[in-house]
Amino acid sequence: MKIVVLAKQVPDTRNVGKNAMKEDGTVNRAALPAIFNPEDLNALEQALRLKDKHAGSTVQLLTMGPGRAADIIREGLFRGADGGVLLTDRKFAGADTLATSYALSRALQKLQPDLIIAGRQAIDGDTAQVGPQVAEKLNFPQVTYAEEIVGYNGKEIVIKRRLEHGVETVSSTLPLVVTVHGSAAPCRPRHAKCLMKYKHSRTATEQQENPSPYYNESLRITEWGVADVGGEEQQFGLSGSPTKVKKIENIVFAAKEAKRLTAADKDVEELVIELIGNHTIG
Amino acid sequence: MNNLFVYCEVENGKVADVSLELLTKGRSLAQQLGCQLEAVLVGYQLDSLAQSLFEYGADVVHVADDKRLYPYLTLPHTAIVNALIKQEQPQIALMGATTIGRDLGPRVSSALHSGLTADCTSLEIGDHADTKGNEYKNLLYQIRPAFGGNIIATIVNPECRPQMATVREGVMKKEALPAPKKGIIKKADVAKILNDTDFVVKIIDRQIEERKIDIKNAGIIVSGGYGMGSKENFALLHELAAVLGGEVGASRAAVDAGLAEHERQVGQTGVTVRPKLYIACGISGQIQHTAGMDQSAMVIAINNDPNAPINQLADYAITGDVCEVVNKLIKYYKKNSK
Repeated sequence: MKIVVLAKQVPDTRNVGKNAMKEDGTVNRAALPAIFNPEDLNALEQALRLKDKHAGSTVQLLTMGPGRAADIIREGLFRGADGGVLLTDRKFAGADTLATSYALSRALQKLQPDLIIAGRQAIDGDTAQVGPQVAEKLNFPQVTYAEEIVGYNGKEIVIKRRLEHGVETVSSTLPLVVTVHGSAAPCRPRHAKCLMKYKHSRTATEQQENPSPYYNESLRITEWGVADVGGEEQQFGLSGSPTKVKKIENIVFAAKEAKRLTAADKDVEELVIELIGNHTIG
Repeated sequence: MNNLFVYCEVENGKVADVSLELLTKGRSLAQQLGCQLEAVLVGYQLDSLAQSLFEYGADVVHVADDKRLYPYLTLPHTAIVNALIKQEQPQIALMGATTIGRDLGPRVSSALHSGLTADCTSLEIGDHADTKGNEYKNLLYQIRPAFGGNIIATIVNPECRPQMATVREGVMKKEALPAPKKGIIKKADVAKILNDTDFVVKIIDRQIEERKIDIKNAGIIVSGGYGMGSKENFALLHELAAVLGGEVGASRAAVDAGLAEHERQVGQTGVTVRPKLYIACGISGQIQHTAGMDQSAMVIAINNDPNAPINQLADYAITGDVCEVVNKLIKYYKKNSK
């Protein structure tokens, strides 16, 4: 089975600590570390488990982003993936989810996978749109909110989904797009052997800018641009994006007077009595 | 006419709350735009449900009624919605930001090449001028927190139709009309729209549990963040909630750390709550979280950091050890309540 995992490098928005705040109270994006989108790691694990069980299967990563997003592919290689493609081109810039899914679907048409697995959503946007939008562009069916790929018998794949109020088990034939929920099994750690093997893997651009003497062609991370994937140029990037950002408001934590209390018994008891008195509690 | 569509979800013989909330919102947006409100109801045995949507102001209810359309499956529902949108050309289409709406919405937007904004916290009508000097009247402003909730973005879809948005349950208010509208029911020709290939994904088993944890309707919420530190400490919050007759909520960080169940998550990617009292324990107060609770009638923040952002929207900010304060709240409540 040929599996492609869609992965994204994201700023770690979960830990916007004080250090990441600018003086005006807004977020300093440059201070946020770039990480492997968490649910994409859950997706990678599901792919690697299928590969473990079905001999001859391959797992490739596909990511779109600037040159440094090659880190995501290397991370995948360290954990057991077989290869990866970095979609990188200025013409992809400014893409909303639809233009992103167009670019990914063009690359996927070249890769011809049987199964595409992605994280449900990325933490920098939380939209959960790219997986289904890719599926539609490829005319593949989709199974979203997957918690576990239960099995594959060579014909049908069985998947457990995590819904708001319960669990649903579905089956489908391939090809298929699956998006994986964060409640799925965590991704295995890096494997020492893979780490040794792929430590010097690079994109051609990286090798040019920062040559490694241990690099050889078998370690090359594929780089594709618009010219490589083809398609209609106006569908990529900003021009292919129906949604436009009209306004961005940085959140500034505005001051509002709170009544300050301490943990002293007197403070807490007076508060409780006040709340009982005005029927907030009790 | 370019009307406003609301896709209505059906579960266990009922229309989902989020769909009724969207109809309520859609009603006022449609009034502003001078267009009609059209509900799209897809499922099986829908006659009485279709009628009930007139109570929420639908002028037209499109009904796609077929045994194969319940429970929800991506491809058949996408085919129905795509067909209705192509036929009726709505200017706006709204869906719940549920596992169904977030499965269906992007699929439809990709097929129709229309822009979709997920998890909006506010929807407004307004004008837009782009940098090229093009002007657009009466667009849907799709307002949502982004970037982990650290910015608020207003998104518009100037060119593509319909303008699509999903909204989480509880964000909008649900309000029936004092007297139901007289509307029209239009039946979709399901057999003509659906293909056998739409049924490649099959449901083998469904175990739907009624929601047991219900923080949305709780009057008092005791909510814990990552600062609670451990499951043992988190158990204290359950104790306080039980004493006060409330429910336990949690921040995303606490849920991610395994301190609380997903159903308890308050915030942009969780539940939006408006209790009369919200007690935030060990929660720093990222916008991601506060977006889901800032309309609480009263907020008490307990945090060892006097500068925690949560204190800025709190009515009472208690600085100190969270467990100590919670224990004292329990103790003094028991002592002073009758």
